[in-house]
Amino acid sequence: MTTYIVRRLLWLIPVIFFVSLITFTLMHATPGGPWDRDPSARQVDARTQELLNSRFGLDKPWFINISGGNPLDSQFLNYLWGLVHLDLGPSYRQRGLDVQAILFKPSEGKPFFDSKFGYSARLGLLALGLAVVFGIPFGIIAALNRNTIIDYITLFLSTIGISVPNFVLGILLIIVFAGQLKIIKIVQANWSAPGAWFIPAIILGFNTFAYITRLTRSTMLEVMQQDYIRTARAKGLANRVVVIRHMLRNALIPVVTIMGPALAGLVTGSFIIESMFAFPGMGRQYVMSIQNRDYSMIMGTTLIFALLIAVANLTVDVIYGFLDPRIKVGD
Amino acid sequence: MTAQANSLQQPLGLQTISRPPRSLWSDAWHRLLRNRAAIAGAIIILFFIAIAVFAPLIAPHNPLKIYDGKGFLPPAWVTRGPNGKAGEPQFLLGTDSLGRDSLSRTIYGARVSMVVGFVPVLIILVVGITMGLLAGYRGGRTDNLLMRLGDIIYAFPDLLFFIIVMTALRDTPIGQALNGLILLFAALSIVNWVGLARLVRGQVLSLRRKEFVEAARMIGSSDTRIMLKHLLPNCLGPIIVSTAFSIPGMIITEAVLGYLGIGLRPSTDPHAIFITSWGSLLLDGQTAINAQYWLLIAPAICVALVVLGFNYVGDGLRDALDPRLAGTE
Repeated sequence: MTTYIVRRLLWLIPVIFFVSLITFTLMHATPGGPWDRDPSARQVDARTQELLNSRFGLDKPWFINISGGNPLDSQFLNYLWGLVHLDLGPSYRQRGLDVQAILFKPSEGKPFFDSKFGYSARLGLLALGLAVVFGIPFGIIAALNRNTIIDYITLFLSTIGISVPNFVLGILLIIVFAGQLKIIKIVQANWSAPGAWFIPAIILGFNTFAYITRLTRSTMLEVMQQDYIRTARAKGLANRVVVIRHMLRNALIPVVTIMGPALAGLVTGSFIIESMFAFPGMGRQYVMSIQNRDYSMIMGTTLIFALLIAVANLTVDVIYGFLDPRIKVGD
Repeated sequence: MTAQANSLQQPLGLQTISRPPRSLWSDAWHRLLRNRAAIAGAIIILFFIAIAVFAPLIAPHNPLKIYDGKGFLPPAWVTRGPNGKAGEPQFLLGTDSLGRDSLSRTIYGARVSMVVGFVPVLIILVVGITMGLLAGYRGGRTDNLLMRLGDIIYAFPDLLFFIIVMTALRDTPIGQALNGLILLFAALSIVNWVGLARLVRGQVLSLRRKEFVEAARMIGSSDTRIMLKHLLPNCLGPIIVSTAFSIPGMIITEAVLGYLGIGLRPSTDPHAIFITSWGSLLLDGQTAINAQYWLLIAPAICVALVVLGFNYVGDGLRDALDPRLAGTE
């Protein structure tokens, strides 16, 4: 088990390397430099561009320095060296700020969870929590009442939840709840009120909720036909005990496996949901960097998202190995 | 003795009056036709294909025509919109900020979604099946290369890759071709062919030691013939199912990218085939979500319907081609 975890952790290194290589190459394949692409602002003259380039190291070769001097003094290798020191480089648009400071540093005197990363993490966890807390019981109830109206309603809801992209659902819910019924405000001035978090979290987590419901239902149905359930019933155990102790324990294992992809879905879903609600998190920051073409921000945030997803998948695989003794992840 | 012979003949007699044998495929076809959700999904898809193809005939207005002073009209049945204007019968779903007909623009948007659903799939099928067959049958270096390439592509979260590609290469010649659609097709194909190739490879690995393949090799069939005539038909079921499920994902991706403003570039050229997409329409409508919400409703419902349709057909195909799985999910 330890060997397996270590091997998976080491696998993160090539993952991060390739993600940064691809991102770096694509970002540098863009025509023009980072300074001349803002038509609304005053254009930067040639001398200033030169100074800016040399200050941000953009006058150096991309990958390998072959024109003399230190061969390792190239943009990509310097970037990687920065990564090792947890330094994602300066932002091109928000002058004087480093990428990691924008993402991880809270404003003066606030705790860490008030940073952009902290906001997104809290929203994501709330969405995941809601999806699990509602998804699993819905799945169980549907399976126990198979082929009744309850089952059909649950199946219908979860099919919609899987099929309808969450931003479409978000738009429709905003129109109904904010535009027509005026129950919520679209642009929250104040995110310290806990109630404001629920609508974005529900929309963000709805796809995950639907997947969990469907998966719980189908694995429950499978487990219900197993011999040991018949044995448990034959022993005369109460229905409640059979359901909770014997069925649920085994039915929940597959649900754990979708947590990795679910987290990836929450990350990518956050771009849109956060922009839609003007939520001060990392996803909205990412979309804004794309619109401003702030290349170092885009690269840094992409790397952090990729790392998050890779770590989540790893954690899920390890937990899976602990939960289900039939699976030997070490081999 | 005679009694025994009779009892033996009885079952034989029964067999001759049973239904004529049906092939595996026609069996699956009949199962699919009995699946009401799949039929409903197919009807939705055909409906939107028809809209996409005949958009110029169906659309009541030119989607680019700006009607002066008719901006932000509410839908036709609204007598007093949030801005005090009344709907006009000629603009059934109202107009956008510039006074362009909302319904016509939504109709033209179907073209992009349909093309994004079907064109990359063709590329993915050709590349994925070829690579999968070669990797699975030949093994060795091809196989290794495929698996390592897959590892790299899997490591990169899909949507992040699309966003990076579309942002970085937007102003290059390839990014401008066909309003950016060519670049989108390329990005979708690069990410999705690996999954299909791995699926085919797995199927081929499990089949290539089977007797019918040995027999084919014995009578001197070439490798190409074995791959195309013997292995490929046996992999078709999973290929069809996985393809059907990959289409809605690509349509959603296009809509998301359009909504982020890095998908198809909305065109003002009256001769362009692809004028706007549902994603871009949602982006346009987003700015006025409070007051002019009707701009969002039609494209949002269209995206949802198309994706739902493809998912229903995908479910139906899976149940039809692999009856053991029917109803488990």
